[in-house]
Amino acid sequence: MSDTQIDLEQFRSDIRAWLEENCPQEMRQPVKGEDDVYWGGRNASFKNDAQKAWFEACVAKGYTVADWPKAYGGAGFTPAQNKIWKQEMARIGARPPLSSFGIWMLGPALLHFGTEEQKVHYLNQIARGEIRWCQGYSEPGSGSDLVSLQTFGEDKGDHWVVNGQKIWTSYADKCDWIFCLVRTNKEDKYRGISFLLFDMETPGVSTKPIKLISGNSPFCETFFDNVVVPKDQIVGELNRGWDVAKYLLGHEREMISGGGLGDGAPSLGAKIAKVIGTDDSGNLDDPMLRAQLAQFDVDALAFKAMAEKFVDEMKARKGHPAKPNMMKYAGTELNKQRHELIMASGGSDALEWESETSNHGAKPRTWLRTKANSIEGGTSEVMLNVISKRILDLPGA
Amino acid sequence: MPMYLNEDQAMLQDSAREFIAGEAPVSHLRALRDENCKDGFRHALWKQFAEMGFTGILISEEDDGLGLGHVEAGIVLEEIGRNLTPSPFLTTSVAGVSALNAGGKALREKYFPGILSGDTVLGLAIEERAKHRPDQIAMAAERSGNGFKLNGKKTFVIHGASADALIVAARTAGSAGDSEGLTLFMVDKDAAGLSTEATRLVDSSVAAAVTFDNVEVDADAVIGEVDQGQDVLDALLHAGRAGSAAELVGVGSGAMDMTVDYLKQRKQFGKLIGEFQALQHRTSHLYSEMEIARAAVMKAQQLLDQGNEGADVMVSVAKAKAGRTTGLAVREGVQMHGGIGMTDEYDIGFYMKRDRALNEFMGDANYHANRVARMHGY
Ligand SMILES: Cc1cc2nc3c(=O)[nH]c(=O)nc-3n(C[C@H](O)[C@H](O)[C@H](O)COP(=O)(O)OP(=O)(O)OC[C@H]3O[C@@H](n4cnc5c(N)ncnc54)[C@H](O)[C@@H]3O)c2cc1C
Ligand SMILES: Cc1cc2nc3c(=O)[nH]c(=O)nc-3n(C[C@H](O)[C@H](O)[C@H](O)COP(=O)(O)OP(=O)(O)OC[C@H]3O[C@@H](n4cnc5c(N)ncnc54)[C@H](O)[C@@H]3O)c2cc1C
Repeated sequence: MSDTQIDLEQFRSDIRAWLEENCPQEMRQPVKGEDDVYWGGRNASFKNDAQKAWFEACVAKGYTVADWPKAYGGAGFTPAQNKIWKQEMARIGARPPLSSFGIWMLGPALLHFGTEEQKVHYLNQIARGEIRWCQGYSEPGSGSDLVSLQTFGEDKGDHWVVNGQKIWTSYADKCDWIFCLVRTNKEDKYRGISFLLFDMETPGVSTKPIKLISGNSPFCETFFDNVVVPKDQIVGELNRGWDVAKYLLGHEREMISGGGLGDGAPSLGAKIAKVIGTDDSGNLDDPMLRAQLAQFDVDALAFKAMAEKFVDEMKARKGHPAKPNMMKYAGTELNKQRHELIMASGGSDALEWESETSNHGAKPRTWLRTKANSIEGGTSEVMLNVISKRILDLPGA
Repeated sequence: MPMYLNEDQAMLQDSAREFIAGEAPVSHLRALRDENCKDGFRHALWKQFAEMGFTGILISEEDDGLGLGHVEAGIVLEEIGRNLTPSPFLTTSVAGVSALNAGGKALREKYFPGILSGDTVLGLAIEERAKHRPDQIAMAAERSGNGFKLNGKKTFVIHGASADALIVAARTAGSAGDSEGLTLFMVDKDAAGLSTEATRLVDSSVAAAVTFDNVEVDADAVIGEVDQGQDVLDALLHAGRAGSAAELVGVGSGAMDMTVDYLKQRKQFGKLIGEFQALQHRTSHLYSEMEIARAAVMKAQQLLDQGNEGADVMVSVAKAKAGRTTGLAVREGVQMHGGIGMTDEYDIGFYMKRDRALNEFMGDANYHANRVARMHGY
């Protein structure tokens, strides 16, 4: 055994001991509803003491963003260490201490494109959950065709004045800051977009909620009316925000595709068999559903292998750069299918909108929410377009 | 183990790719088919496989082989699949060798030199029905003298009539459905009472129905232990299933590549048909499924090589996923070629035929999905 292997084994047992001591039992239960998730931010409050204790323990060690450098609020874990950290978290079913667009999306973009001052300032805030971020990309006329966006930032010397409208801004009404795509040059479609950060409390910013088919309303229309944004709040170069946006979308797609992996249980069929029951020969008591579940388990386990391969290839820089689009496509379609099967297996119980049996609506609401997986962050059709063009090199467009 | 090929494996892939595409591309299969080749493969090519070292991939260095694993065998199989190369590699060097590795030294010393030199071909006499049901083996092997007397019938024995020896699964105790009481034997092709009836399959390969009429074998023909053949059979099946899944991925990739190529050349309505989004999306979906199938196969091979107990379920996942995905690849391939895809002159139809045969070999996608469900307790 090599030294590094010994180090990693020691590391694993340290992590395990730390988790044992610091992760409260309540934080090792599956997430049931919205308020089980801690999003941080100026107006955040903890649901209970366990959530607070778990969050604070992790922040103190840099474990909310374990693989970020220590200078930016992380723990500086190497990829191998980070993998162990995730495995050990999964092993005990630990909830993430902090969920945040800052961690999943803005953080990686800042690490890549930010200035040193920006990194120190914003990344530490994100790691400590102080600022809750939202994403201002889509506009009513610009969804799939994002580069057609119209929100305009006029150059006023030491600041911009931003006017326009965004849509589908997740949690805009609860967020503190926005990372926003703004047109700063009307002549050049691609090289005329800049990536700006600003405070949602700036005068001229207003939001209006959108209610979804799941009954929840985490989305907003967001309006900008002469919003003043200082010049140092741009990420990357002027008019080159599209590069930042694309980089960030790569991370967003990866995150969304993770849904295809489910909750870590190896077999959906095994879980559902417990609900529906089995016949005398041990077969799930619904032959057509059993067959669908068996196919699904095959697909899910094969996808899991693909996800592992994807991560290994990324680390070794061996994968095709457009592969995240494939992962997003396959992962989100799989996750939708998972929830179709969960609903079918629940029968009439799963239909109840508020009752105990449907986990207070968590089942039908989650099912409905997953339908957005193949829309948000780029639709499945757009993913297939990208695969056609960039991987298969098919002609046209 | 990271999920990509290491340097040595990448080198093996390069040489396998060059060798197989060079010596036995699809035109090789077509030529064999057109001349109605009796054995369904060329012995000379099998010799070349030996010269490349491929025949000994799964034979240990102690037994003069390369001492490599299922990942490496899969690399060769994927190229075999891509080129539809007729070869006894899967039956002999992958499934057959894996069974013999689970047996004693005497049998290895008897058969490995011939396999290593490309002189020996093994047949797998496992199946008794049209659908793969290895848990229902009923053929009888009665004790007789210092050995056994075999009676019964086997079917779907690939290269059965041209094989130098057969690996035969039979019952020395118990009845169909029991896991105890199974014994595996090596039976030489000249054994008295053994008769084979060759038949050509849809993919131009040749399989045999084999009849055992009081075929006598010595006790030292037993692979492993009497009545304890399940382990040997499992080793054979794992290798054969993971291997055929790898070959299927090759077949699917070959069909997909051919189709993508065609989409870039054929013009209709004044455009390359590859410009039509209706075809682009289906092709991209297929690509994504192929990548997932490939990953499942690699995972299964790695787990087998590690001796990990999760290998069993993953091998079935791999065979099921590869089976369904390659089925999609060949159906889309023929459809997107339009009328020309229906012609014998064009190669795409050959892919459809090989897929059908490989899907049936050692369990189709439904069989293996069912197995996955069983292993998960439902
Ligand atoms: C739950 C949810 C959360 C979201 N969160 C955010 C957020 O936080 N911030 C943000 O900025 N945005 C967010 N979005 C917006 C999301 O990114 C867009 O909805 C998405 O990009 C699709 O754009 P659209 O809704 O305008 O659909 P459209 O672009 O109008 O598409 C309509 C249909 O046409 C298809 N289509 C479009 N173009 C093509 C093409 N070229 N080829 C084939 N088919 C095509 C699409 O696939 C789709 O099926 C969110 C959306 C949802 C549903
Ligand atoms: C068994 C058989 C019998 C036949 N008998 C006769 C006969 O008796 N008389 C006769 O005249 N013809 C006959 N045909 C020819 C038949 O009508 C053509 O094969 C058919 O019209 C398809 O044309 P193609 O083969 O040129 O395919 P292509 O037009 O080259 O099509 C190739 C692929 O591209 C797709 N494609 C083409 N255009 C588009 C588009 N705009 N959008 C999306 N996808 C597109 C097609 O669907 C197909 O999948 C026969 C064909 C067969 C296979």
